[in-house]
Amino acid sequence: MPSLTEFLTLAAFLFGLGIAGIILNRKNIIVLLMSIELLLLSVNTNFIAFSYFLSNYTGQVFVFFVLTVAASEAAIGLAILMVLYRKRATIEVQQLDALKG
Amino acid sequence: MLTPLHIIFYIFATVAVCSAIVVVTVRNPVKSVLSLVLTFFSMAGIWMILRAEFLSLILILVYVGAVMTLFLFVVMMLNIDIEDKRPGFVRYLPFGVIVVLLLIGLMVIAVGPQYFGLNQMPVPQAEPANYSNIRHLGETLYTDYAYPFEIAGVLLLAAIVAAIALTHRPPTRRKVQNPAAQIAVRPEDRVRLINMPPEPKQKGT
Repeated sequence: MPSLTEFLTLAAFLFGLGIAGIILNRKNIIVLLMSIELLLLSVNTNFIAFSYFLSNYTGQVFVFFVLTVAASEAAIGLAILMVLYRKRATIEVQQLDALKG
Repeated sequence: MLTPLHIIFYIFATVAVCSAIVVVTVRNPVKSVLSLVLTFFSMAGIWMILRAEFLSLILILVYVGAVMTLFLFVVMMLNIDIEDKRPGFVRYLPFGVIVVLLLIGLMVIAVGPQYFGLNQMPVPQAEPANYSNIRHLGETLYTDYAYPFEIAGVLLLAAIVAAIALTHRPPTRRKVQNPAAQIAVRPEDRVRLINMPPEPKQKGT
């Protein structure tokens, strides 16, 4: 059986790749949403690994809730994306500067 | 000490990390979604190693089956030019790589084997043959976490309503009746009485 360190290291690598996707990607928002999914996946892996090694089911219940929230977040995010594409005909991150931030 | 479970773990982990790299670097969003599906499949295998059978299957069914399909639909419905050069990718590459390497290094040091190794966190005893992961998960979920479970249901309902309300087009192209305007109409808006003198009938017609 692999130790807890190996599971946590794998989750850390996935988390870093998700952050890299958010930093590097300036082209379209869909990849940004997918990077967020990667972050949530790595966090869920941490929860499940600790849940197994501590023999406690609360971690798995929390993963259940995280999956619920992530699914609704993806649905609403994609709906906003559709509305944005209808209005602006682009989903490039750098062209969405209506707030002049 | 390399058990078969180790080998399976490292195969799944390698596939997950490689496909995650593909997700963030590839230019075509369709390929990006498909490699994210591969990441989810391999992470479901990792979760299966951790005896979280229910969540592993939920990850495949709900995430790959529903959420990733939604992503694919949206990617295919939007008309994205993928041939265009990616502005800022090269410009942000050194900064991003430095930040990410620092982050990963920090986390790898923090979860090192001197803190979470097999000596500190031993593997729990194997469950009996009639052990049911779903049973334990359900008992915890429906007793201690019944109220958050209900809130999660309300959250999903709100998400449905929000998604439909955002993307639903108002009926501008259809010809529909407006009952309020029909009821509120007055006779003087429709019929105009003109007072004009009678015209004599011409001869010969």
